[in-house]
Amino acid sequence: MKRTAALLALALAASACAQQTEDQVTVVAHDFFAVSQEVLDQFTDETGIEVTILLGGDAGLVVNQAVLTAGNPVGDVLFGVDTTLLSRAIDADVFDPYVSPIGGVVPPEYRADGVTAIDVGDVCLNYDPAFFGPDLPVPAGLADLTDPRYAGMLVVEDPTISSPGLAFLISTIAEFGEDGDYTWRDYWTDLRANGVVVAPDWGTAYYGRFSGAGGDLPIVVSYATSPDAEVAFADPPIDEPTTSIITDGCFRQVEYAGVLRGADHPGAAKEFIDFMLSLPFQEDVPGQMFVYPIRTDAALPDWFGSPPIDPNRVDPETIEANRDRWLAEWSDLVLR
Amino acid sequence: MTRRTSLALAALPASFLAVFFVWPVVSILATGLGEGGLGTFGRVLGDGHLVGVVWFTVWQATVSTVLTIVIALPATWVISRFDIPGRSLMRAATTVPFVLPTVVVATAFLAIAGPSGVLGIDLQGTVWLVLGAHVFFNLAVVIRLVGGVWAHLDPRLEDAARSLGAPPWAVFRRVTLPLLRPALAAAASIVFLFSLTSFGTVLILGAPRLATVEVEIYRRSALLLDLPAAAVLGIVQMVGVIGALAAYARYQERHSVEQVLRPAAETARRPRTRRERLLIGTILGGTGAIVLSPLVVLVWRSLTATGAFGFEAYRALARGEVISPATAAGNSVMFAGAAMLIAVGVGMPAAVLVAARRGRLSHWFDTLLMLPLGTSAVTIGFGFLVALDWPVDLRASIVLVPIAHALVATPFVFRAALPVLRTIRGSLREAAATLGASPRRVWRDIDLPIVARVGAVGAAFAFAVSLGEFGATLFLARPGSPTIPIAIYRFLGRPGELNVGRATALSVILMALTAGAVAIVERVRPPGQGML
Repeated sequence: MKRTAALLALALAASACAQQTEDQVTVVAHDFFAVSQEVLDQFTDETGIEVTILLGGDAGLVVNQAVLTAGNPVGDVLFGVDTTLLSRAIDADVFDPYVSPIGGVVPPEYRADGVTAIDVGDVCLNYDPAFFGPDLPVPAGLADLTDPRYAGMLVVEDPTISSPGLAFLISTIAEFGEDGDYTWRDYWTDLRANGVVVAPDWGTAYYGRFSGAGGDLPIVVSYATSPDAEVAFADPPIDEPTTSIITDGCFRQVEYAGVLRGADHPGAAKEFIDFMLSLPFQEDVPGQMFVYPIRTDAALPDWFGSPPIDPNRVDPETIEANRDRWLAEWSDLVLR
Repeated sequence: MTRRTSLALAALPASFLAVFFVWPVVSILATGLGEGGLGTFGRVLGDGHLVGVVWFTVWQATVSTVLTIVIALPATWVISRFDIPGRSLMRAATTVPFVLPTVVVATAFLAIAGPSGVLGIDLQGTVWLVLGAHVFFNLAVVIRLVGGVWAHLDPRLEDAARSLGAPPWAVFRRVTLPLLRPALAAAASIVFLFSLTSFGTVLILGAPRLATVEVEIYRRSALLLDLPAAAVLGIVQMVGVIGALAAYARYQERHSVEQVLRPAAETARRPRTRRERLLIGTILGGTGAIVLSPLVVLVWRSLTATGAFGFEAYRALARGEVISPATAAGNSVMFAGAAMLIAVGVGMPAAVLVAARRGRLSHWFDTLLMLPLGTSAVTIGFGFLVALDWPVDLRASIVLVPIAHALVATPFVFRAALPVLRTIRGSLREAAATLGASPRRVWRDIDLPIVARVGAVGAAFAFAVSLGEFGATLFLARPGSPTIPIAIYRFLGRPGELNVGRATALSVILMALTAGAVAIVERVRPPGQGML
């Protein structure tokens, strides 16, 4: 009996050891992470590593989950920390710093300490061309939106809840600044006076209110690639996008991946991050997640437009240092 | 009931709740407070905006509960007391709203009374739309829980009152209502908790100015990353819930009445007069309009999602890009089955125990069982993350999905069973014992058939709750196997008209699945039902 118990303990210990080998990797991501099965299978064929993907709500929640479990994570790789959340994750010691040997494919402006940039996306104003014409030109940029001619036409997402809403708020702060004659606070006061509509999340803003997707308002805060997606997901097929973007005032978000500190499979995690920088994964990104691959040499699908030139950018440290204050001030200006 | 029996009955529910509710919730609240210190209480409670949120949360939940009961009672009367064709179909139909994900229902409500709604009035952002949606969601709770008792009330009691010359209103007020009170209170407690912790409905229909404590907890956890404030709000919410439950438990104890229940087939009768038929028609028509119009809107949208009328959205869904609908449906049914088994396994022993024993301990047990329903989904989801890593790391395990569903579903099993179990007459048991039946025999012949019957009602509810569960699932680190509500959420987060089409088509499939599941569960009732 004792011997059986000892053998059993040994077997258990052995299986526990077996779990420590690097033949599997768990990727933690937000709910809008997607990758083609063929591309994942290719990774498993090449490395022998099985991939498990864990999804946990939207980007903010996933970062918060990682902060709560820092040092004792539920997986090995965290994907989907964006510019607005990166510093929070780094300050909480969520990651084991890792620099990929092929990290050189990432353009220098997107490199960050210890984590790897995987894709970039732009939050831009989208508009419905059917609404505008010779009598009412399309607004040229953010400043035009306070013009009474565009009163009651804009829907934005609540930045205290929605990730694109936060990106748009930061974009206006980058554009109008914190000090001076006309600050971002003045801008939002004017937007409010001009009847800006605040929706709780992207889905409600885009599908609920945007006239390009069945609603009643012609201008919405969405992504630079949303018009392309309208082409990709149309039935019957269409050739030209039915909506467009206003290229002024876009905000560029970078999405990062990193090795979670305390991961069970750090070796496999590093291999997976290298794989995310490889061309097969990078070229899968546009069709799966509607953002741009970080590699400039990755081919884009032919229905995919090129990214906007010169979007607004704010570094993660500045965002982290001011985010809570900005959101509190915004709430007072717009909601109260 | 002996001490040993009591302990045996308490073991499973108590340990389940200790491990999967109390421990995770205490852990996350302690983590949040540890980060912010006790000063967080002052910061949160000194914030006029947050105090306003707490006030709004309580009053909208109270008004929602009253409205739901007032609107549901006439339909409950018709469905439980009259033998009319399509009765079980109607009961199944009222259950559908209850399981639809809030995101989906909210968009349907906006399509009716939103900015470009068919009614032509924009109620978005007003409390009216929020209250309307709460009534729509919760009608089923009253129709099922109260109907479950009403259908078995002995009609001779009312007949006696009537033959003594009491007018119909007096009969209802003096005879029927007191007998229904425990079930009414049970339903009201669930509707209240549901409305109190309402998240998606308030977020979408009340935006941007109306917020419940639950919405505010989410806001603190999503982008503000203010866990201390989220923890304090979580505690405020739980204290409120415990207070409401304590009041309820006291009321329940004082007002439960022992009575003989009759089989439903015996109590239901055909409508007699023309006036009665007219009244029934009006009630069913009115309730039907409330229940069906959002559902009709959803079906209509799924058929016109791509601009032209047709099944394009369904065809796009069937192609299985991004998410396979068959897989999502399979997952949903599997999780719902597992959650149902857990919820019945936990809720029924607890109900038998609480029904049999009176006293403070039983009060606390009652409160503890209901508490998960009044706890923020974010709190539970994050609690799992910080607590369930020892001795086995369950945090990334798929078993957490049915467990989280079961936490929400158990109160329904418990509440469906408790009022009925309390009405089993002690004298029935005594009579059986006097006639020489052993305690085991008494249990088998008197209690078991009733327990099995109410267990089935609770099981149907638990299954439906799990099918529609969204909040708690969203906050778990889930292996890539979406349930239908999660799949809908993911489609709605992507641009492109086919994606919104897929989301609405999948909602319609969820509606059909729910109605089907409820109809099946109702059909396979255990043979004991003849007793009731």
